[in-house]
Amino acid sequence: MLYELIDIIVYIFLTVGVFFNLLAGFGLLRFPDVYTRLHAGTKCTTFGSIFICGSVILIGLRMWLTNNPNGSILTIHTIIALIAILLTNPTGAHAIARAAHRSGVKPVGAVIDELEGKPIKNAPSKKKEVKKE
Amino acid sequence: MIEADTTTFLVVLGFLLLAVVIALIRVIKGPTAPDRVVGLDTINTIVIVGMVIFGAAFRDVIYIDVAIVYALLSYISTLFIAKYLEGGEF
Repeated sequence: MLYELIDIIVYIFLTVGVFFNLLAGFGLLRFPDVYTRLHAGTKCTTFGSIFICGSVILIGLRMWLTNNPNGSILTIHTIIALIAILLTNPTGAHAIARAAHRSGVKPVGAVIDELEGKPIKNAPSKKKEVKKE
Repeated sequence: MIEADTTTFLVVLGFLLLAVVIALIRVIKGPTAPDRVVGLDTINTIVIVGMVIFGAAFRDVIYIDVAIVYALLSYISTLFIAKYLEGGEF
């Protein structure tokens, strides 16, 4: 009974993780901008990685419950890999976003740059605001 | 309910390979350099997950150790590429 429950949870976790990783790929292809692509490419892969590593952890626990000595090693090493992903992925995304802003890439459709504190040149809707004022 | 065996994890690996191919299109097409770096970062994460899946498919721990080392090295490479794009000194 417990083993069947673990198997069902493993299949659900694998499906969710694969779905979000595919969503990361499609978002990377479809979004118009570096910053929005960072949203898709980093958040979705982190969320999917949590679920896929969780399924592998459950597989290791199931092996450990059935007296297979490799199961505990599989569980602990997968937890370490998950911690490495969770620590490194958002930090790398922050570094990429900072580098993109410093190297002069502007968001599509943005009017004002809040980090620099001045309006963006050649912004699409800037002329209309000037006419209103 | 059937236990998730090697075939299940290999099917999952096929879907992850599809995601890597889609991200590779962005790496080739990307208009600016940060676009390509974002694509590479996504591919790195999916490859790490694929290594964990591979270790679970064949019930072998050595692939997951490789995944840990690959995660840390790809993080360092991403940081250095970002530093290079930023134009600062090391």
